Amino acid sequence: MQEKRITCIVCPRGCEITVIGEGKEIHSIQGQQCRRGEDYAGEEFICPSRILTSTVLVHNEGRKILMPVRSNRPIPREQMRPCMEEIKKAQVQGEIHRYDVLIPNICQTGADMIAAADMDWM
Amino acid sequence: MEGIAAYMERPVSNTESGTEETEQKEVYDVVMIGAGPAGLAAAAAAKEEGAGRVLVIDRDSAGGGILQQCIHPGFGLTYYREELTGPEYAGRFLTKAADEQAEFLLNTMVLEINPAKRTLLCSSQEHGMMQIQAKAIVLAMGCRERTRANIRIPGTRPSGIYTAGAAQRLINRQNIMPGKKAVILGSGDIGMIMARRMTLEGAEVTAVVEIMDYLAGLTRNRVQCLDDFGIPLLLSHTVTKIVGNRRIEGVWVSQVDEKREPISGTERYYPCDTLLLSVGLIPENELSRTAGVETDPVTGGPVVDQHMQTSAEGIFACGNVVHVNDLADNVSLESERAGRAAARYAAGKLCRGLRERADGQIPCIAGENIRYICPQRIAAPAGDEDVSVYFRVSRPDRDVRIIARLNGEIIASRREMRVNPGEMLSLLLPGSRIAAGELTICVMKE
Ligand SMILES: Cc1cc2nc3c(=O)[nH]c(=O)nc-3n(C[C@H](O)[C@H](O)[C@H](O)COP(=O)(O)OP(=O)(O)OC[C@H]3O[C@@H](n4cnc5c(N)ncnc54)[C@H](O)[C@@H]3O)c2cc1C
Ligand code: SF4
Repeated sequence: MQEKRITCIVCPRGCEITVIGEGKEIHSIQGQQCRRGEDYAGEEFICPSRILTSTVLVHNEGRKILMPVRSNRPIPREQMRPCMEEIKKAQVQGEIHRYDVLIPNICQTGADMIAAADMDWM
Repeated sequence: MEGIAAYMERPVSNTESGTEETEQKEVYDVVMIGAGPAGLAAAAAAKEEGAGRVLVIDRDSAGGGILQQCIHPGFGLTYYREELTGPEYAGRFLTKAADEQAEFLLNTMVLEINPAKRTLLCSSQEHGMMQIQAKAIVLAMGCRERTRANIRIPGTRPSGIYTAGAAQRLINRQNIMPGKKAVILGSGDIGMIMARRMTLEGAEVTAVVEIMDYLAGLTRNRVQCLDDFGIPLLLSHTVTKIVGNRRIEGVWVSQVDEKREPISGTERYYPCDTLLLSVGLIPENELSRTAGVETDPVTGGPVVDQHMQTSAEGIFACGNVVHVNDLADNVSLESERAGRAAARYAAGKLCRGLRERADGQIPCIAGENIRYICPQRIAAPAGDEDVSVYFRVSRPDRDVRIIARLNGEIIASRREMRVNPGEMLSLLLPGSRIAAGELTICVMKE
């Protein structure tokens, strides 16, 4: 049996949660103050994942815009570096609006990299 | 969305005459200085409260303020109950302000405020100098970073030393990497976020060095920015010397004692080509001073009441210009209050500034383990409107009770498991229990 102490990052309160389990089996979760924290701690025990953010260069009508991007769901931590390599290589053409998909299913993680801003505003 | 671009490009100054006359003025009900989350939320709220013409002025070429470069997630957790990146969070407020028909004047710097006439002197490349007349003004200029000059590190003066926010702007808005091997001084949120950003972009971050014995920023940022990448956090340490002639080559780091003095024999050399400073923010108040508003020596921002009205009548303030916020969500809430109050003032429905009614004010006094309280004063009588007060502790503690007393009597209190100077706290004071007197807030061990 393994015991893992996890600091919850779901909200700024930062509760310290203790998870006891084995592999993908969870036996107990203690110290959280809400349901979101419990879900997070379980996932963190099994497979720590994070939202990944970066920028992608977009070309539109002779303008070069550095577009902020984010993954639309958490990406397993060990996949972050390969995903960053993919993002660095990406270049996109055209008019981009908030939440347009710029890189679908990045590195087979099931997550898409989407635009976080709207070109109209930049 | 077409509407938004139209508002942003609409020329607002009176240029039909083609002269440089500064006497011809545009008149607005409420004018916000700054289009960051504070100015945007205040503008939308002022409109919702029924204000006529509302204008947001910013020196930048786009709205959103500092959030344009904060591409990381961590915004909106309390306001929207979902986790957004800075540009998304700013985008929602930009849309809201534009939908409410607030007008924008970008690429324009406000140089001076005349508090008696309530006019603003502005300059822009396009329109030159111009004057704008407002019935109410909202200061929302944000803050700037403390620099090396503010903290005096000995050693040479090479290149490669940046504030964390400047490095963030270079990477996220200009696509320029400041260096390959970095040391970060200060454990503020921006520093930790940049440690992760630089690591993900292929640089090596050898240490985050913090002079205090506790973290300056949020715990959640330590976990996901430092721990995730194995970046060492050195608490009770500081940079004692900078080495390098043209470009920085390294720094000496020492452990410090309780008096924050370096302990000899603990020095260690860290080679690096970049030093990022994340050593705190200072509210940007040159402009507030031209308006003659009273400032709080602890926060560095204007003294305000619960309506966010400053000591100058009809001049309101919100966001980082008032006190440095760790969460944009708090900024939005506070700024909506400012925007609503400014609209009511413009309509003649809110009483005058702090100075004019010194008799009817309740001072908020920082008691045991409280560093500052915002608002600094509560305008009485508050009627039955509840009043939210925000504050920070001076030092970390656990298992405490936060207590608000009016003339010695407890009017609100709450238990807290953990308190930290890096995390702002708040307490709701029931309007029915607010009366003339003196309010004290303190943090006591349970
Ligand atoms: C680098 C960084 C990272 C952060 N990370 C997070 C986070 O992860 N989560 C979170 O919730 N919060 C975060 N924050 C905090 C949050 O972003 C701020 O509290 C918030 O942006 C403050 O909003 P503001 O509108 O007061 O200031 P700002 O966003 O700074 O906007 C002020 C605006 O005023 C304009 N201005 C100033 N002076 C003038 C003048 N004289 N004339 C015209 N325009 C002027 C400026 O150009 C600017 O656009 C972060 C802050 C920083 C600096
Ligand atoms: S457990 Fe709930 S309250 Fe505690 S940090 Fe996580 S989300 Fe916040």
